[in-house]
Amino acid sequence: MRPSSCIIAGLSIAVLTLIGGCSPHGSRTNQDGIGGTLAAVRSRGYVSCGASQGTIGFSAPNSQGYWLGLDVDVCRAVAAAVLGDKNKARFLPLTGAQRLTALQTGQIDLIARTLTWTLSRDANGVNFTLPNFYDYVGFLVRKDHNAAKAADLKNASVCVQTGSTIEVTLADVSRRENLGLRPVIFDSVEGSRQAFFSGRCDALITDASALTSVRAVLSKNAADYVIVPADNQIEALTPAVRHGDDHWFDIVKFSIAALIDAEQLGITQKNVDDMLKSSDPDVRRFLGVEKGNGKALGLSEDWAYQVIKQVGNYGEVYNRNVGDDSALKIPRGLNRLQRDGGLMVPIPFN
Amino acid sequence: MALLPIEAFVLSKEAPARPPPPRGQIRWRKTLFGDAISAAVTAVIIVTALFVLPKLVQWAVVSGVWTGGPSACHDGGACWAFLREKAPQILFGLYPPNDRWRPILVILLFLGLALWTMPPRHWSVATLWAWAVGVAAALVLMGGGVFGLKAVPTASWGGLPITLLLTVLSLSAGFPLAVLLALGRQSRLPAIRVLCIGFVELVRALPLLTMLFIASLLSPLMLPNGLSIDNFLRALVALTIYAAAYLAEVLRGGLQAIPRGQYEAACALALNKWKTARLIVLPQAIAKVIPPLTNTIVVTVKNTSLVLVVGLFDLLSAGRAALADPVWPAPYTETFLFIALIYFAICFSISRYSLFLERRMASEGRQ
Amino acid sequence: MNTSSRKAIRNRSIGDYLVQAVVVGALLLLLAWLAANTIDNLRLRGITVGFDFLSREARFSISDTVLPYSPADTFAWAFLVGLCNTLFLSAIVAVASTLLGFCVALGRRSSHPLSNLISTIFVDTVRNIPVLVLLLFVYSLIIFELPDPVTARVWHGFFLNNRGFYGPALSWIGSGLHWSFPHMGHFNIDGGWIVSPELAAAVAGLTIYSTAFSAEIIRGGIDAVYKGQWEAGRALGLADKQVLRLVILPQALRVIVPPMTSQYVIIVKNSTLALMVGYAEINFVTSTTINQTGQAVEGTAILMTVFLVISLMASWLMNILNRRYVLVEH
Repeated sequence: MRPSSCIIAGLSIAVLTLIGGCSPHGSRTNQDGIGGTLAAVRSRGYVSCGASQGTIGFSAPNSQGYWLGLDVDVCRAVAAAVLGDKNKARFLPLTGAQRLTALQTGQIDLIARTLTWTLSRDANGVNFTLPNFYDYVGFLVRKDHNAAKAADLKNASVCVQTGSTIEVTLADVSRRENLGLRPVIFDSVEGSRQAFFSGRCDALITDASALTSVRAVLSKNAADYVIVPADNQIEALTPAVRHGDDHWFDIVKFSIAALIDAEQLGITQKNVDDMLKSSDPDVRRFLGVEKGNGKALGLSEDWAYQVIKQVGNYGEVYNRNVGDDSALKIPRGLNRLQRDGGLMVPIPFN
Repeated sequence: MALLPIEAFVLSKEAPARPPPPRGQIRWRKTLFGDAISAAVTAVIIVTALFVLPKLVQWAVVSGVWTGGPSACHDGGACWAFLREKAPQILFGLYPPNDRWRPILVILLFLGLALWTMPPRHWSVATLWAWAVGVAAALVLMGGGVFGLKAVPTASWGGLPITLLLTVLSLSAGFPLAVLLALGRQSRLPAIRVLCIGFVELVRALPLLTMLFIASLLSPLMLPNGLSIDNFLRALVALTIYAAAYLAEVLRGGLQAIPRGQYEAACALALNKWKTARLIVLPQAIAKVIPPLTNTIVVTVKNTSLVLVVGLFDLLSAGRAALADPVWPAPYTETFLFIALIYFAICFSISRYSLFLERRMASEGRQ
Repeated sequence: MNTSSRKAIRNRSIGDYLVQAVVVGALLLLLAWLAANTIDNLRLRGITVGFDFLSREARFSISDTVLPYSPADTFAWAFLVGLCNTLFLSAIVAVASTLLGFCVALGRRSSHPLSNLISTIFVDTVRNIPVLVLLLFVYSLIIFELPDPVTARVWHGFFLNNRGFYGPALSWIGSGLHWSFPHMGHFNIDGGWIVSPELAAAVAGLTIYSTAFSAEIIRGGIDAVYKGQWEAGRALGLADKQVLRLVILPQALRVIVPPMTSQYVIIVKNSTLALMVGYAEINFVTSTTINQTGQAVEGTAILMTVFLVISLMASWLMNILNRRYVLVEH
C-alpha cells in the first residue's frame, strides 16, 4: 500500500464527505441578514423548523417518521401559508441547549418547541410571536403522598430536565417556600421521566401539559398520580423567530393568528370551501375572497385558506394533538378562545 | 593436578526416566487451592457464581418473555419481546420504514468492504479506491435524491448506519490530516512545528463531549451569516478533528522509529523532501504502526456514541428513543445489553484483528 | 565553500521563511475570518457579549455538590462548583481504577485459571464497549434494581435504596459533635451522609471502564521487566510476592507512569460524561449556563480553558515524575 495513493484516496473520501454530509441544509440557504427569510424559504422550497426530540402531542415523529403535534402544526401552518403546502416543512430535533443558538444563527427559520416566552430570551436575539399554548409548571406526584400544593412537598426529591426554564422555577419555588427540595437533574426528558417512575424521585416537575401526557401514557394507572401546580405563574409557550426580520416575524405571527381567528369565525377544515361563498365580510377578508391581506403580508391571497384547508383551525389542531381526540386529553382550560373564557385572543384580519 | 579423562563428563549409561510432570486434576487442584490466597480467590469466585448465575438464568431465560406485545412483559423477567419489536428502530432510527433496505444495504456494504480488506494481501490501491467508491455509494444510498431514490434528510438518518458512517468518514478524512500533522511536527520550520504541536495538544486536551458542544453551539456562530451546516456534518467535523489528532500521535510514534540512516540514504539519492516523505519515510512509518492504527478504529467507533449530545440518532440514542415508547414498559437493562452487544461485536473483532496484525508483524520481524 | 552552495543555503532559508509566513498568514486570516463572522453574527442577532453574566445570580440548582452551593450564588461560583465536582469525581475514579487495575493485572498474569479467565473476560469486554453505554447501563441498574425507600433496607443506621446509600454522619451542631442518623422522613431519608445514585453510577461506570485500561497498562509494565529479574529475585531466595514488590514493581513503574498519567487525563475528560447520568460537573454547569444566558462563546471559552489547564498541569507533572523515575533507574 503506497501512502501517496492512501492520501489521495483519503482526501477524495474527505471531499465526498463534505459533499455528501451537506444536506440541503448545508448549502448557503438561509440568506436572511436583515429580512429575506421569506425569499430564502421560497428558493429553498421548505420551511425549516426547530422541534423537540420527542414531546408527544407537541412535536414528535410517529413510527413512520412523520412529525405530529401542536407545535408541528404551527410550522405546517407557516409552510401552508408561505409555500401552499403543509408538507413543505422540515423538522430538526434540537436539544434544550441547542435550540436558541440554532434559531439565532439561522439554522432554522422558526422554533416551535414548547418554548416559554421570557424577557431574557426575547432580549437575547429571539422574537416571540403569538402564544400557541398557555401552560403552568406543575409537579407530578403519587396520589398516596397526599400533596395538594407545592408546600406539601418538603424535602422531596424532584426529577427535572435541564435546558429549560423549569429548573429555575424549581429552584425559585424551593427557595421561596423554604422547601428544601432535592433536585435530580437530567439532560433529557426520558431520563427524568424514567427516573421518576423508577421511584428515584417523589415528584417530576415540568409543564403541566407534558405531565398530563406523561401521566396518560407512561404510568400504569393514571389515576394514581396527581398534578400539583408549582406556583401561580402562567407560561406562554410561544413559537419564535430571530431578531432582524420583521417581515418573517409578521408572517409567522399571522399564521398562528389565522388558526385562532378561523375558530372564532367558525371556519373549519371541513367547511372552509363552503365558507368561500360566505357573505360575512370578516370571513371573506380572512379567506382572501376580499383581497388585500395577502398582498400586505407578501403572500398569495389565499394563504389563510390554505392554512385552514390543510391544517385546520386552532380548536381542531388542539383536539387532534393534545385534546379529546388525542391520547393526552388535556382540557382546553386557558387555551379556550377569549369569548369562551380562555386566553386565546383573535386578532382582527383587516 | 591431572586432567580428568573426558569420560568422567559423559554419561556411560542411560539415565533413569523421570516421572512425568503432574497432569490434569493435580495441577488444577494445585493452582486452584495451592495456597491460602488461591483457595480464598477460588472460593469467592465460586460462591459469587453460585449466587449470581441462577438469578441471571432465572431473569433472562426462565421468566424471560420472548414473544408477545407490551402486556406480555411482566415484572421480574427479561422483556426480550421489546427488542424483537424495537430492533429495527434501534438499528435504523427514524429512517423511513419503507426505505429500510437502504441502511441495510449500507451496513452490508461496509461489512463486505471490511472483510475484503482484512487479509493483508488485499492491501492495495484498488482496495482504497473501493472504499472511496463504497463510501460515496453509502452516502448516496442514505441521502437519496438521485437515481429515483427518495431524498432522506440527515435529520432522519439513524441507528447503526450513522455509527458506521461517522466512523469511516471521520477516519478517512482524519488520516490525511494526521499525516500532515505528524510530518509537520518533525518539520525543521519552527512555525509549522509549533502550529502542529499546538493543534494536536489542544485537541487532545479537550474532552470529545466538549468538542461536540463547541461544534454544535459555536460552529453556526463562526460561519458567515446564513451559511449553516447540519448536525451530522458538525458531529463529523468534531470527530474528524479528534481522530486526526489521535492518528497524528500514533503516526508520530512510527516516524520516530525510523532510523536516521534512512533520511541520509534518501538524501544521498538526491530525493527532495516530499519524495523522501512519500517514498521512504511514510511507507515505513505507517507499516510500523498498523496495529495501533487499527486500534484507533475501535476508539473512534466508541467515540461515535457521544453524538447523542448534538441530537443525532446514532445507535445509542436510537435505543434511548425506543425506550421512550409509552406503550411498552421500558426494559433498560435488556436494551443496553443489546446495544452494548452490537458495539462489542464491532470493536472486539477489530481488536482481535489488530492483535493478529501485531503478531504477524512480530513474526515477520524475526525472520 | 563556494559561492553557489552559499547561495543555495541562503535561498533555502529565504524559502523557509516564505513557507512559514504563508502558513501562519493563512491561519491568521482563517482565524480573523471566523472571528469577524462571530462578531457579525452576534451583532446581527443582538446577543450581548462579555463575562458580566458571571457575577449574576445563577438561579438554577446543582445537586450533589462538593462545595456549598445555592441557586442564589453567582454563575462564577457555579462554574467553580462544577469544576470541583469534576475533580472530585475524577480523583475517586483515578484512585479506585488504579487499585482495581492492579488487582486485575495480577489476575491476568496469575496462573490461577479462574481469576485469569475472569480478568481476561472483564478486560476484553469493557475495553470494547463505549463508556457512555456502560454509564447509562449502571445507572439504570441502580435506579431500577435497587428497592425504593419505602422498602429500604436498614442495617445499623445504613440504608441502601434507589435514592442512594445512607449512613450515620458525625456533625457539629450547636454545642458539640453529634451523630446524625439517617431516618425515614415523609418523602426521603433525612439526616446522615449520602452517596447519591448519580454519583455512584458515575463513579462505578467510569471506574469499571478505567480499570480495564489501567490493568492493561500495569500488566504491560510488569511484562516489560526482563524475565531474568524474576529468576534473579527467586535465586536470591525471595518469595514471589517479595520479588514483585522489591524488584519488579520499582522497575515496572518506569514504564507504567507515563501512560498512567495520560490515563488520568482521560479519566478527567471522561468524567464530563457524568452529566448523562445526572451528576453535575463542569460541562453540565456550562451547558445550563449557556441555556439560561445564551452566552455560548463565553461558556465554551471557560470550558476550553479549564481543560487546557488540567491537561498542561498533567504533562508538567508527568515530566517531573519521569525525571524522578529515570534517576532511580541509573
